[in-house]
Amino acid sequence: MLELDLHVNGRTARATCHQDDTLLHVLRNHLDLKGTRFGCGLEQCGACTVLIDGVPRYACTTLASEVASAHVTTVEGLSNQTDGHMHPIQEAFLEEQAGQCGYCLAGMIVRVKALLDDNPAPSRTDIAAALDGNLCRCGTHLRILRAVERAARALGARGDI
Amino acid sequence: MTDPAPLTPSFATNPSLDRWIRFGSDRTVLIGTGKVEIGQGIVTAIAQIAAEELDLDLDAVQMVSGDTTTGPNELYTTSSLSVEVSGASVRIACAEARARLLDRLAQRLNCGRDELSVDNGEFLQNGRPTGYDYWRVAPETDLTTPVQQMPDLKPPTAYRTVGRSVARLDLPAKVSGAAFLHDMQRPNLLHARVLRQPDPAAELESVDQAAIQRAAGGALRFVRTGDFVAVVSADEAIVERAARAAPERMRWRGMPSHADTAGEAAWLYGRKAKHHTIGAPSTSPEHPGQNRIEAHYSRPYVAHASMGPSCALAEMRDGHLTVWSHGQGMHPLRQALANTLGMDAGDISAFHRHGPGCYGHNGADDASLDAALIALEMPGHTIRVMWRREDEFLYEPLGSAMQVRLQVWTDEHWRPVDWTTEIWSGVHVQRPGRSGGNLLAATSLPEKPAPLDLNDPPEDRGGGATRNAVPLYDIPAHRIEHHLVTELPVRTSALRGLGALPNVFAIECMLDELAERAEADPLAFRLELLSDERAQHILRRVAVLANWSARPAPGTGTGYGIGMAQYKNRSAYAAVIVALNVDQQVRLEHIWCVADAGLVVNPDGARNQIEGGIIQGASMALKEQVQIDRNGNQSRDWDSYPILRFTEIPPVDVELVDAKQHRSLGVGECSLGPTAAAIGNAVAHALGARVRDMPLTRDRIAAALLPD
Repeated sequence: MLELDLHVNGRTARATCHQDDTLLHVLRNHLDLKGTRFGCGLEQCGACTVLIDGVPRYACTTLASEVASAHVTTVEGLSNQTDGHMHPIQEAFLEEQAGQCGYCLAGMIVRVKALLDDNPAPSRTDIAAALDGNLCRCGTHLRILRAVERAARALGARGDI
Repeated sequence: MTDPAPLTPSFATNPSLDRWIRFGSDRTVLIGTGKVEIGQGIVTAIAQIAAEELDLDLDAVQMVSGDTTTGPNELYTTSSLSVEVSGASVRIACAEARARLLDRLAQRLNCGRDELSVDNGEFLQNGRPTGYDYWRVAPETDLTTPVQQMPDLKPPTAYRTVGRSVARLDLPAKVSGAAFLHDMQRPNLLHARVLRQPDPAAELESVDQAAIQRAAGGALRFVRTGDFVAVVSADEAIVERAARAAPERMRWRGMPSHADTAGEAAWLYGRKAKHHTIGAPSTSPEHPGQNRIEAHYSRPYVAHASMGPSCALAEMRDGHLTVWSHGQGMHPLRQALANTLGMDAGDISAFHRHGPGCYGHNGADDASLDAALIALEMPGHTIRVMWRREDEFLYEPLGSAMQVRLQVWTDEHWRPVDWTTEIWSGVHVQRPGRSGGNLLAATSLPEKPAPLDLNDPPEDRGGGATRNAVPLYDIPAHRIEHHLVTELPVRTSALRGLGALPNVFAIECMLDELAERAEADPLAFRLELLSDERAQHILRRVAVLANWSARPAPGTGTGYGIGMAQYKNRSAYAAVIVALNVDQQVRLEHIWCVADAGLVVNPDGARNQIEGGIIQGASMALKEQVQIDRNGNQSRDWDSYPILRFTEIPPVDVELVDAKQHRSLGVGECSLGPTAAAIGNAVAHALGARVRDMPLTRDRIAAALLPD
């Protein structure tokens, strides 16, 4: 067993885990961060997407021990940690009602955070390309694309990026 | 005097008013529904209906959905019936409660009921405050006695909340953190994985527990009953490693083998089947028309393919079993568990919690039996079972393959006069409970369940394989020949729309084939055959949106196609036009849809469902096929079962007809069939050659272009 100090959403948390434990498992079961979802365990669907030092990664196959020195961001880390307000990306998803079952949304939102950090004014083609590794079975794609465009406008107007 | 309108069927099962409505202590109203949220927004729509009928703000309504302890039994959340049936029932219950409260207050104030009105739960007398509200009058009003007859309902012209787009109540949690059954916390929670019996006929020969234990890397408990084997641990990573290692360390005997072609729809021809004829007798005279056309269309086995694997929690405490599930009906689940476990249904409670979208009968109910079987062996703990991704693909019941043969006699203008839809299909509903299916793990238990008597839903509930098999067009004689094939290589059950998608695909492709022979525009040809004005209207309107009259000539590689149906020939109408390009494969360019769903409770919610149905229908038409070979299902992940992705999604425009004078019609399944059909017709228009078998893959397109 390993004692790991993980830096997640701006805080450091100690977890005792097995060397083969995935980051997804540690987030959900040791740190009680349930927003990152298990979809396939195969890097095929994107439901478990998190940011490792700002870069989107699949938490289902990333070992917790690999990221002990990195900064991990989950969907819970996007909301304001002090007042609980949602991030403009989350607000944009709600304003567009960009969800049906909602199981894929947390992974999408995290990936969109990385996209907009990198490219504050993406075209619809850029957004679709960035999200191509995230599957949605309900067919909510167009609302999600509109939500990302709305979020980009909101963040641009706020001058955050 | 005319008889009052009958109550909905839900009141026969749940007559007592307090199953539907109760007044909370905190100025809320608890509204019960047996229908559950599966991503379709139904709980929000029903809350709107309750708020409307009670003259309350939406935020005063708290929904209790899928709860066997206090809520009504409304069977399953299926067939786009939730607004039509549960919405209507909640509306009646709320109107009845409001009337009883008004009667009670009129008595107390010694005034006429017509002097009283309600404003956000406050009672007014001749427009002035009375100091009374729902919550003050409710404790002295009998809200338990049965609803006897139809109360006066608010006229739709007075609606303020119904008909207005409101935000879904469940979405904020889903974009921010824990929201699903999968995320539930309980004290003493243990994680479990099932080491699944690979086939109902398979018998466990040996299991190397020591090797699985070593691979797990931590303390593990095995639970075994007959051929049902599960591993349990407080640490989810341990059971996950055990489950990954298990298949190679378990030996099963009695595995069946299948024909290599058993996964193709054409394999269904000539198999052992139950035969039914529905509609007009077989053609007589021998030549009922001038021309005869016959064509065969098909759809292979398809998967629900939920984004998250099935999950359930169960705990056994003091002889009472509690189950949390993301299935589509908690009362039927409770009964199916009672039947399988030999328990009294009164000793089981079942609660619905959010899950990934299911689009029909997937593994959610089965996971509940898995969890219950383990919980019975380990009382005092909460058992959380989650399936692995490959379990979800391999063991969910599939949407049946279907082969549809159309034989059409026409007049001299190629207008159909005698129409036969002949269908070969597996069964479309095997839900546990009243439809006669088993929960998956039942076949692994020492006492095997009796063989199933396979039956589709009857025609008066929309049929199964025969759903939408009768064209909506004016055809003097039509019939359905249905062959329900009883021995399949896989388990099948309800998937969004049942037979509607393949039937609408076949019928609407045939309409284009007839129009082509008549040298008529496919839209004009349809309009001439339709006396249903609502169907006519959506066709005309979608043609305007898509600028249909400017479509290119056939065979240019760019195609426009149209498809239309009324779901179940009695629910919402949808007309779809698809524009696409075909090079080696299909590239969707734009999709337009006009739908008529009567009075729409939440227009944005309805649009969301219709858009989703369009994209899912397009995905099925273009890509989806479960791979089955002699060893059974080989689709076990998203690589072997691809679906439409972000870069393949075209712009989609959806318009709802303003038809609030008509009763509400369910929209959840109306757009899939017309979309698949419009794609079939657009591909034929683009190529000048037709592909009649879904999915419309690169190989099939190449084959269609080869000279005969």
